[in-house]
Amino acid sequence: MTDNAVIVQGLSKKYQLGVLRAAHGRLGETLWAALTDPLGRKRGEQETEDFWALRDVSFEVPRGSVVGVVGPNGAGKSTLLKILSRITEPTSGRAELHGRVGALLEVGTGFHPELSGRENVLLSGAILGMKRAEILRKFDEIVAFADIGQFIDTPVKRYSSGMKVRLGFAVAAHLEPEVLFIDEVLAVGDLAFQEKCLGKMGEVAKDGRTVIFVSHNMGAITTLCPMSLWLQGGKVMGFGASSEIVPQYVRAFGRDMTTGEVVIEADGRREAQISRVRILSSDGEVTPVGECSNSTTIEMLLDVRRHLPGLYAYMEVRRPDGTVVLMSDSLDTTPNPLDDLPVGMNVITSTIPSRTLAPGKYDVYISLACHTGRDFDVHVPGIVASFRLHDYQSSRGDARPGFFSTLLQWQATELSGGGK
Amino acid sequence: MVVSDSPQEATDPRQELDRTVVIIGARNPWRDLGLSELWSHRELMFFFVWRDLKVRYRQTVFGALWAVMQPVLLMLVFTMSVGRLPGVGPAGVPYPLFAFAGLVPWTLFGSSLGAASNSLVNAEGIITKVYFPRLLVPISACGSYIVDFCVSMVVLALMMLYFGVTPSLAVVWLPLFTIFALVTALGVGIWLAAINVRYRDVKYVTAFMIQAWMFASPVIYTSSLIPKEWQWLYALNPMTGVLNGFRWALMGGPMPDQTILVSVAASLLVLATSLVYFRRTEQTFADVI
Repeated sequence: MTDNAVIVQGLSKKYQLGVLRAAHGRLGETLWAALTDPLGRKRGEQETEDFWALRDVSFEVPRGSVVGVVGPNGAGKSTLLKILSRITEPTSGRAELHGRVGALLEVGTGFHPELSGRENVLLSGAILGMKRAEILRKFDEIVAFADIGQFIDTPVKRYSSGMKVRLGFAVAAHLEPEVLFIDEVLAVGDLAFQEKCLGKMGEVAKDGRTVIFVSHNMGAITTLCPMSLWLQGGKVMGFGASSEIVPQYVRAFGRDMTTGEVVIEADGRREAQISRVRILSSDGEVTPVGECSNSTTIEMLLDVRRHLPGLYAYMEVRRPDGTVVLMSDSLDTTPNPLDDLPVGMNVITSTIPSRTLAPGKYDVYISLACHTGRDFDVHVPGIVASFRLHDYQSSRGDARPGFFSTLLQWQATELSGGGK
Repeated sequence: MVVSDSPQEATDPRQELDRTVVIIGARNPWRDLGLSELWSHRELMFFFVWRDLKVRYRQTVFGALWAVMQPVLLMLVFTMSVGRLPGVGPAGVPYPLFAFAGLVPWTLFGSSLGAASNSLVNAEGIITKVYFPRLLVPISACGSYIVDFCVSMVVLALMMLYFGVTPSLAVVWLPLFTIFALVTALGVGIWLAAINVRYRDVKYVTAFMIQAWMFASPVIYTSSLIPKEWQWLYALNPMTGVLNGFRWALMGGPMPDQTILVSVAASLLVLATSLVYFRRTEQTFADVI
């Protein structure tokens, strides 16, 4: 006996690009075409161009799993969600959903700008599939989550975009479907709110509900989704544990900033340049996702075109909001290993020791400069890579705030002479 | 592998709660009309109506009074123009009252039809983002005009009081003729709404069509002006039946004869075909809207 919440079998979706254009045309044109060419011979040839947004997609999601859907733009991720949430129908194939279904493809679905926040909570909740009694029961919770205070009776058209997003997500977060589809909604809102949304999603996942989550944020996928589906060109490239699928996907798209490997275009005019940056885990794997308890190595491939005495590399590790958490340059090591490198390709590595950075997302800023009295920039590629660290070792895990993940020694000594 | 389609087999008590199974596939276009699903979403329908009402009269000083303004102004215009011609209205009924008793149900019909035919296009934002029975959209678009209609009916009642016209027992038929007007508006509105998704020309056609339709219906003149041998053809316009019946229920006069059955049949035929057409095309709405 199976216990799958979502069963997808051979799902395909075809769009006809030419006809889609014609469909938006005027009635007269169509009538004219129908009159002059009743059999549609010409139209059939010149106007239809089939585009398969999804092609023979099959997979099964066990009840209570959280599955991330990854893939480049145009891979069919959104089409898949639209079919599963019944907004559009597949051309062929079928899917079975077991349980109450909810979809969250947009923040603030159904909001009307003229209505107040209070009225929009009711309206959006109803459109998303909540019963009136259910919305009223959760109303205070929703307003508290949105954190918009006294503006609840103000028309939404006067809200800031941030407030609108918060209110929209608050409604959506209180949906209680058994099967939930979510499309890249976490890409909006400020950092603090994003974290709050991720936290809420984590809660949803722990509740034993089935979630299918589309995102370009590999950090969110690896944090929230034990399983991943990799779509590309409308086809399934891989389906399984995120720990396997995400690195595979990430390797296939090396140019992506969040993938752990970035190739920089060669510029022959430079005396030296960084041509590739990779983030390596302690066992040498290229990955943008690491662990606090392991070291993280930033590896640069440096193309030196002439002798440069006094060359050094400068690196900052920043939080996404721009705060510099760690700065280091190659002068930290004596003698400077970059001083007067041989012409050709050189591999430069710098390793952040284990238990240095707190769990979270980091950007790596790099520049190359010469330090020979005449200080000058050789190559400033800027923020070239990003990585995320998770803490699986300490009891506090990813919830550890602050800048460091250093585990401090704690001691307890009985005070001698005390207690007499 | 056998997929459990029958949740009764479930042993885990948790599963007792979620028996819903949704099957997605390229469905049979001649499938059922989905009326039970419509019924289960009735709350959402009321939310749509409530939203329309809230939005329509927000930031207006006179609010729902505007609902009455349109038929009242039209009545004044027609009383001073067409109403002066002999034989336009029936004998024994003051022309202003006669015209208003036609304009009130006509406004319900015309506004509902206009709103329904543009409803899907206006709901593009939610149609492409969330699932619900699409039929809710044109149906609920008519809903808010029922409230406007009720406000106008109060004015009509006051006018009857002023002119000293008392309704007979026939007034019990009034709700039926109101529903008849709505069914007609829905039938045509659902057709137009579905076509409008693909061809935006409908928007312009609708506005013109409603105006022309008004003069083809006994709104500001009595249907007895039409020669007897053409009455059956005239009755093919369902609004003929609606308006004659509506006036009869309120103010007496000649009882509708069997030609009203032609009107009813025409109206129901349009509604039935519109539902079939709507169901056949709705799966592509999100793709072409």
